[in-house]
Amino acid sequence: MSSSTPELEQEKVKVGLVKTSESRFEKVVAVSFALSLLASIGLGIVYWQGGQTQAEGALLFFALGGLGFGIVAWGKYLVPQGPYVQEREELKSPESERAVLIESLERGVTQIERRSFLVKLLGVSIAAFGVITLFPFIRSLGPQPKKMLYVTNWKKGSALVRSDGSKVRASDLEVGGVLTVFPEGHAGGAISQTILIRPSFEDIVTKPGRETWGPQGYLAYSKVCTHAGCPVGLYQELTQQLLCPCHQSLFDVMTGANPVFGPAPRPLPQLPLEIDSQGFLLAQAGYDEPIGPGFWERA
Amino acid sequence: MNYKPIDWVDERLGTAKFTRKSLNKIFPDHWSFMLGEIAMYSFFILLGTGVFLTFFFVPSSADIVYHGSYAPLDGHVVSQAYASTLDLSFNVRAGLVMRQMHHWAANVFVAAIVVHLLRVFFTGAFRKPREINWLVGSLLLMMAILEGFLGYSLPDDLISGTGIRIAYSITLSVPIVGSYLASFLFGGQFPGDKIIPRFYTIHILLVPALMAGLLGAHLAIMWHQKHTQYKGKGKTEKNVVGVAMWPAYAMQAGGFFFLTAAVIAALGGLAQINPIWMYGQYIPYKVSYAVQPDWYMGWLDGALRLFPSWEITGFGHMIPTIFFPAVLLPGITFGLLMGWPWIERIFTKDTQAHNLLDNPRDNAWRTSIGVGVMAFYMVLFFASSTDVLANAFNLSLNFVLWAFRALVFVVPPIAAYVAYKLAKEASSASRAGRPRKAMVVSRSNEGEYTTEESDPRIEVELKRSAMHSEVPQPLPEEASFHAAEATGEGTSESEGGLAMSASSLSSAATGEMSERPSGGPEVYQVPPGTPGSGGGLFSPRGPKLSRSFEDPEEEK
Repeated sequence: MSSSTPELEQEKVKVGLVKTSESRFEKVVAVSFALSLLASIGLGIVYWQGGQTQAEGALLFFALGGLGFGIVAWGKYLVPQGPYVQEREELKSPESERAVLIESLERGVTQIERRSFLVKLLGVSIAAFGVITLFPFIRSLGPQPKKMLYVTNWKKGSALVRSDGSKVRASDLEVGGVLTVFPEGHAGGAISQTILIRPSFEDIVTKPGRETWGPQGYLAYSKVCTHAGCPVGLYQELTQQLLCPCHQSLFDVMTGANPVFGPAPRPLPQLPLEIDSQGFLLAQAGYDEPIGPGFWERA
Repeated sequence: MNYKPIDWVDERLGTAKFTRKSLNKIFPDHWSFMLGEIAMYSFFILLGTGVFLTFFFVPSSADIVYHGSYAPLDGHVVSQAYASTLDLSFNVRAGLVMRQMHHWAANVFVAAIVVHLLRVFFTGAFRKPREINWLVGSLLLMMAILEGFLGYSLPDDLISGTGIRIAYSITLSVPIVGSYLASFLFGGQFPGDKIIPRFYTIHILLVPALMAGLLGAHLAIMWHQKHTQYKGKGKTEKNVVGVAMWPAYAMQAGGFFFLTAAVIAALGGLAQINPIWMYGQYIPYKVSYAVQPDWYMGWLDGALRLFPSWEITGFGHMIPTIFFPAVLLPGITFGLLMGWPWIERIFTKDTQAHNLLDNPRDNAWRTSIGVGVMAFYMVLFFASSTDVLANAFNLSLNFVLWAFRALVFVVPPIAAYVAYKLAKEASSASRAGRPRKAMVVSRSNEGEYTTEESDPRIEVELKRSAMHSEVPQPLPEEASFHAAEATGEGTSESEGGLAMSASSLSSAATGEMSERPSGGPEVYQVPPGTPGSGGGLFSPRGPKLSRSFEDPEEEK
């Protein structure tokens, strides 16, 4: 064993390649494990005292990190690294193996194929059992859609109520105001939610056939976005537009809630309103089209 | 050490052969092979923290009046799911850490899967014979995304409830069966009271069980086929070069679990995530600004925002607009993903098995396609924050939307082109990617800096670090085992001679003669002079080995 020349040693110091000795790695690993041990004890104390989220996170970091760092350093610097080489075994089986496999399969297949009627009957029986077993499972998961997607709880004469169930008077909303309303008896309903607006501008463009739907300048639209069904929750009074915060569809309140921007494909359905003799707002009728996003059966 | 249990088990299960092969398995060493490990460890952390959460979470949307320790919500009517999430966050010891670790681990999990997938893609590791594992891995990614969405939905807060509403609308948009599918999956019309308990069962039982099975298959197939390796000295299609499973790899990989857990624990304790008490309970007619899902759903949300308002109607039927970005796009995405090994084969006509990985720069076409596709999904991802971007940069929403609609077509081809050119450039550059010589920068007394290459002998020293052998060699134990088998000496019972043949064989392989400092088959056979074979701070026996740098020239 020859010792290295002083010049070479100096050179190593210069380029920072002085190797860490084994015992120094052992110290690093030991410190790492000790740190983990201390952190675990600390964690125990924190729990005992009732727990504190940030302290737990930090102590868990040191408890787990100390273990991890120590073990990795041990595995990387204090055990042989090779490189070792290993031959790969051929994945493919020898031809003879496959030949015997096929012969062995044949043994059964020929026997089974001879009775083709039985095979078919077995197949049909298993399939029937599978389908029949699936039926109650799937069918019990939920009701058939039927008219579910076409109707809401709005009916002729439904009073407009707030989310707390109180009825809305025509005088309740200031000009420029907006309110989420529901049919009486269904306050808070997800499907029937409707946005009641009293626009501050006069130039409402009423769609044909909707001349009587907006008494005293009130307008009511389904609050369920026709794109993906989020509540069209933001009313921009200045531009008279409703914005859906999910995917930024904009609906123009003044022209029958037509979509003017974003991915929504259809206008928000409008609820025809009337005002009864006591000044309460009512629905003239339910929505005349399905609310919300599209579906296959919808024309 | 007492090895009796090994005999006991082997006599009953015959496990010695498999265990021996496993301990002596060789794992190629590269940082990029740890990405899949991060994913696997995150999964374990998810299982652990998840089980903890199930003890306290109540999967019910039944309303109760909240009187818990979060004062601002006192007296509010909330669902049991929401209330129990608050309780486990505030009243259960380490509850919030566990919950936030669970959430962070989910984000890390999907991220690690995606990055691991990109590694596998760009290096061509999916080629024959590993197509099956590519499929299994793709399924795991899809399940991870589904599982993440389900878990995210459980606390019944305002943001996740809005997410479920969108998921319901997406299900509804499927042609022909959509309304049935939505009704069956969500237990009737949205919102109903069946979604939370149903999602809970799927989230804690069905999907994790499937994932555990798929993960097991993923690992078993990897184990059986052996790992791929990068091209390099001594590495061929027919061998594996790297560290041994025992003890180096086992320690490194095992320790890495704790490191992954440590980072996730730090995130869980120190970085707030999903503070549902700030969002509030889900109320169907309420919604908040900046509604964004977890990151791995971002590309879908972005696609929903960018896709035009086209809705197809005819023959009394409708294909809703969201079908295209939210059903068709994911369908195509995962279809192409799973089909990629076969799609690539159409063009390359390559039916060979590959165990050596491509350097991405050497396969410019695949790299550029991958980068282009990545760019496409990145644009979609950023498009999921159009509103936030418009606000932050004071731009009109209109401009941001149209900019993204343009970018989604413009960026991918540019990115692909740049990647192609860079790859071509890099692969033609000489010495690219090879280790550089150490440089010495010195300052003279006058303050002048000079740079010169270091003594070439130092590089030799570097490669001959104490724990590394210069030339890949077979594991001594394996070599002696096979040598004994070949000479018909028999493989049973330990004989002193076996160990000797091992050392001489390995010495022959490395071309250097050596003397063994200690013998006996129970001792790990290491080349002489390597640490661990004697000495050290905690070693009970032997003097410290004094090691010094040797000049290979001088040795001769």
